[in-house]
Amino acid sequence: MTAAIPVPATAHRLSLSGMSCAGCVATVENALKNVPGVTEASVNFAEHTATVQGVVDPKTLIAAVTAAGYGAAELRGAEDESEKEAAELAHYRALLRKFIVAGVVGLPLMLAEPFGLMPMLDTSGGRVFWLAVGAATLGVLIYAGGHFFRGAWKGLRAHNANMDTLIALGTGAAWLYSMLVVAFPGIVPSLARHAYFEAAAIIIALINLGQALEMRARGKTSEAIKRLIGLQPKTARVIRDGKEMDIPISEVGLDETIRVRPGEKIPVDGVIIDGHSSVDESMLTGEPMPVEKKVGDEVVGATLNKSGSFLFQARRIGADTALARIIEMVRRAQSTKPAIGRLADRIAAVFVPAVLIIAVVTFLAWFNFGPEPKLSYTLVATMTVLIIACPCALGLATPISIMVGVGKAAEYGILIRNGEALQQAGQLTAIVLDKTGTVTAGRPTVTALVPAPGWDEPKLLAVTASIETSSEHPLAEAIVAAAKEKGLKLSSAASFEAITGHGVSATVENKKVLFGNARLMEKYRIDLAQLPACAAELAAKAQTPMYLAVDGVAAGIVAVADPVKPDSKAAIARLHAIGLKVVMITGDTRVTAEAVAREVGVDEVLAEVLPGDKATRVAELQQRGEIVGMVGDGINDAPALAQADVGYAIGTGTDVAIESADVTLMRGSLHGVADAIAISRATVRNIKQNLFGAFIYNVFGIPVAAGVLYPLTGLLLNPIIAGAAMAMSSVTVVSNANRLRWFKSGSST
Amino acid sequence: MNAWPVNLAGLALIGLIVWWFWRYRPKAARVAGSQPIEVVVADGVYTPARIEVPAGKPVTLRFLRKDPSPCAEKALFDSLGVSADLPVGKPLDVTVTPPRPGEYEFTCQMRMYRGALVAK
Repeated sequence: MTAAIPVPATAHRLSLSGMSCAGCVATVENALKNVPGVTEASVNFAEHTATVQGVVDPKTLIAAVTAAGYGAAELRGAEDESEKEAAELAHYRALLRKFIVAGVVGLPLMLAEPFGLMPMLDTSGGRVFWLAVGAATLGVLIYAGGHFFRGAWKGLRAHNANMDTLIALGTGAAWLYSMLVVAFPGIVPSLARHAYFEAAAIIIALINLGQALEMRARGKTSEAIKRLIGLQPKTARVIRDGKEMDIPISEVGLDETIRVRPGEKIPVDGVIIDGHSSVDESMLTGEPMPVEKKVGDEVVGATLNKSGSFLFQARRIGADTALARIIEMVRRAQSTKPAIGRLADRIAAVFVPAVLIIAVVTFLAWFNFGPEPKLSYTLVATMTVLIIACPCALGLATPISIMVGVGKAAEYGILIRNGEALQQAGQLTAIVLDKTGTVTAGRPTVTALVPAPGWDEPKLLAVTASIETSSEHPLAEAIVAAAKEKGLKLSSAASFEAITGHGVSATVENKKVLFGNARLMEKYRIDLAQLPACAAELAAKAQTPMYLAVDGVAAGIVAVADPVKPDSKAAIARLHAIGLKVVMITGDTRVTAEAVAREVGVDEVLAEVLPGDKATRVAELQQRGEIVGMVGDGINDAPALAQADVGYAIGTGTDVAIESADVTLMRGSLHGVADAIAISRATVRNIKQNLFGAFIYNVFGIPVAAGVLYPLTGLLLNPIIAGAAMAMSSVTVVSNANRLRWFKSGSST
Repeated sequence: MNAWPVNLAGLALIGLIVWWFWRYRPKAARVAGSQPIEVVVADGVYTPARIEVPAGKPVTLRFLRKDPSPCAEKALFDSLGVSADLPVGKPLDVTVTPPRPGEYEFTCQMRMYRGALVAK
């Protein structure tokens, strides 16, 4: 049956780009109207927006506009958590009210009974009193426990037993039995004439209290998402018709020009078109240093403009901004489960009916073999079994820790794709680091100039830079940059030729110039004897020596090095400290690679590996029984990242669309890898604690409640104690998960 | 008191529990293709809880969460890799595509709310 509920028609608003004339309006409108599910579409040319009614995925609408040759993005209000928080607060207060009402009825009954202050059942005055108590308890069950009974009834009809079923059956049976004793005492043996109204009321009170406390604790588990949503500025200062105006961020359209002044947050993603500034991106990437931005550079919404004022053009809005995608990615990851939680899921799925069966078995066991007053014992044990069993703690154990762990990681600029990656990361035995851009800065610089007799440093650099201007090699960029920095005048190079794996040759100022490695010099029989013998020394210092020869005569050595990131050594020490074998992989020569390896302290070097072979080398490590994490850039190293058990894409900044990586590290420091592994391990440990606690609680709690200890010790659990234990079990699980919020990055210690 | 009737009733009750909660499969609600399927989230159950949908085609479920307790907050389609945060009192559309015929469960985080898409 489909419930008849009033559902408003969904309206989507799109910002359009590329519309140059009014004629485009009809094209876009038709494209939108042809999308299945669309009932109405209208385009406002002045605003460059479209409003679409109907049941349709906004992505389909955007695809339709794009196919028609225009650009589109969904206009969406900034996410607002306040409504959700208000609803949660109202529910929390309602639960507390129910706790108090049920407590006010139950507590005096519970306290008075041991002191014999209650009237006897078998007097007429006593019966009237107990009937009144029964009516008051019924009021409690309806007001404070009504939702359990409704849930139980609806669940029963839907063939789905849940926690409500257990609570409703437990407290309902207590009330019914007690009313039977009060109303028809004759049908119950005299020893078993005992009313359990106080148990029903107190159990309802405690479970409401437990749910209220759990709700409080749960609010904290989603703090990371709230913090990310809170980063979003509310307004943007756009320039329309030459006038600056503040508008809500949901109204910012594609390609609009936006002004950002010093100290303001950048509202959406875009490209600077005028001005320059330094921007603090730490809130998203965790990278502490502000980034310089000039015309043509991308800026990211929610980051903070520090010093200058600039204009930029909006390129990504609404759900497409980096912040929105980060929030989406964290949310999605928070809802995934690692394999470790699957067993609990399977148990949770059959848990309640299994407990119902145990309750029936308990009933029959006490009924057949219990001591007198048999009926009382039977009722108490059965009720206690129903009340103590807690499927919630079991079901919550994994997801709640994942939620806090994944959220905490996001605070450090670490985006974990799913729960599986998190669990795998906890089991790694080896980590493979790509050298360039991971261990080193990825920006080579000229570190030494060694001229041959008759040459000087500026001349050596000028000739080298002249020939390298035409090259696309990363080292060439470093040499040209060094020459420009020194203000050297460069000559034009003719007949340029790249000699793969060796270097380059060209004609500069009518002279035949060769520039490359020792193999190139050997190939052209250049005598290197007249150069100072420093090549080996340079290589040993992780500097790559390159030779220049002019008209067949050696002219000097230019050494280039990619400096190691300042914190790589400390981060690698942390990886060692958590018991990982650290392997560095690079296409560089073994001598250079080993020099870097010595500097940072890795265990094994895989040098001279061609880019396409990195995945194979990772697979070889896996064949040796290692569980391998691979750290590299998300694009060139994609196959190796995919091959590894856990792939870490490092230094992506706010470009979070790295599909090949299990974990995306937005900042460039290797400490991010150590942090990611530490958070993963802490989260998996937390899940294990929760699962252990929840299993042990139920595995011991249910048999004790059923009375297995009674024949040995005479101990039978009071149902009120069972209610308290049940109420606290999920609170304990959530509170334990919340401990993960105190995780601290090892890089700051 | 003669124990036999009670024992027999107990055993019958166990049989009933097994059949009612584990063996019985309620008929799936059939829904017209182009409309979103309204799913009310209240009192511990999704209504409707079993929905027949065509396999290989996108289907939109319009969740209306009436239960404010955090248990009802998420709707997870584990086998389809889709999850949604449901706002209280406001409908939320979730579009999923069951790739092949079969049963695709959707649940809350704790698996107390349980429903299934029966793709045919």
